[in-house]
Amino acid sequence: MADGTNGSESQVGTVRVKRGLADMLRGGVIMDVVTPAEAKIAEDAGAVAVMALERVPADIRRDGGVARMSDPAMVEGIQEVVTIPVMAKARIGHFAEAQILQSLGVDYVDESEVLTPADEAHHIDKWSFTVPFVCGATNLGEALRRISEGACMIRSKGEAGTGNIVEAVRHLRSILGDIRKITQADQAELFDWAKQLQAPLGLVQEVAETGCLPVPMFCAGGIATPADASLVMQLGAEAVFVGSGIFKSEDPAPRAKAIVEATTHFRDPAMVAKASRGLGDAMPGLEIGELETKLAERGW
Amino acid sequence: MAPTIGVLALQGAFREHTAALEKLGATVCQVRLPEDLLGLDAIVIPGGESTTISMLLESSGTFEPLAELLTNGLPALGTCAGMILLAKEVLDGRPDQKCFAKIGIAVRRNAFGRQIASFETNLDIKNLAEPFPGVFIRAPGALILEPSVEVLSSVKLDSGEEVPVFCRQGNVLATSFHPELTDDLRLHKFFLEHL
Repeated sequence: MADGTNGSESQVGTVRVKRGLADMLRGGVIMDVVTPAEAKIAEDAGAVAVMALERVPADIRRDGGVARMSDPAMVEGIQEVVTIPVMAKARIGHFAEAQILQSLGVDYVDESEVLTPADEAHHIDKWSFTVPFVCGATNLGEALRRISEGACMIRSKGEAGTGNIVEAVRHLRSILGDIRKITQADQAELFDWAKQLQAPLGLVQEVAETGCLPVPMFCAGGIATPADASLVMQLGAEAVFVGSGIFKSEDPAPRAKAIVEATTHFRDPAMVAKASRGLGDAMPGLEIGELETKLAERGW
Repeated sequence: MAPTIGVLALQGAFREHTAALEKLGATVCQVRLPEDLLGLDAIVIPGGESTTISMLLESSGTFEPLAELLTNGLPALGTCAGMILLAKEVLDGRPDQKCFAKIGIAVRRNAFGRQIASFETNLDIKNLAEPFPGVFIRAPGALILEPSVEVLSSVKLDSGEEVPVFCRQGNVLATSFHPELTDDLRLHKFFLEHL
């Protein structure tokens, strides 16, 4: 805690500092890590942050069972080895897991559909926390509902653990396409949009005025190559989350670095080509039609 | 003629700096590659992740030519990660983290703690009549190494220690906080007026 020189009180946990950290992560890559060793590889490759979780989505998908918050000892182990922000996942609606993560001093909590939901009707009241939250969304209504609950960053969900970018593209296009339509709507139409989206009118009006979400929008779920990162950045994502795509590939370290390069130079095909050369095999991909569980359907 | 200001755009909050400078009438060039450095009157290094920006400066080949421009007197403003990159010394950085060493300060990364300790406060800044909204996000703190560094603002910790958060040496300015996240343009204006 700190005081200004003029003696005025300082305030923690304000919307501006919560959203501000998301702003600082823009143009970067946030990497899923399970152990301190993986976190070190991620930081060495230029990750802007790491996301601590118990198992990467590809393993959750393969092994089944209930997926939960990471062991606090593992989160602390990761915090000890890296200097970049450490995020961690809590189950949807599981505010006790989120409280634990806040007490550990994680920098962002991801209320994530990748873990098994703890509440099938309610998300966490994120306004009641000092730590900021990121939440997934498949469409604009879901994004605005999460923001109304206090989320300070939105990530399009995609389909985690598949190495298949098609769902991420669908969700990004849905969110950004609807934003473009809303900016053209008149006042009367905005009431209908709020109803259709099941989202607060005030937020719908704000989006209509500004032409963007009130918080940064990142992309997750299916990014496996530098080209995937370039694609979603060109579609309008402001940064990317890479989960299984790095540590389920043949050679994680150079792939991680290549995705960082491609995310920065996403508009420059020659730079993305240079980053893409000789990376070995990407993670094995899955067809969306053949999945038993679609993680993106979790969240309400 | 309006000055051309480069904003380092490898990662972080470069959009906000661009918007603030354009509002003040500057021409902004976003810098990602060495060729983007041509014809700049000054450079802004934004907030973001300093380790990431440092690596991307290196891999894009931009570090050396930018370092040379700074050595030849290019005015610079660094905010948060930008302060770290302009500092002479990073006390708790990665061993391979490179800095331009253009302001005689040492910085401690995350001097105020993790994100849950990130804060806002009204800052008294030398030469500014009214307090400035200080937004500190996992912010670095400075230690003054050279007497020619002027401290324009500092923050008092609970321990009583005064941490410099806005420093100037010649035409290089460094802040721990994020003027670009506020609507207050006075600090960008100050920078443009002292080119």
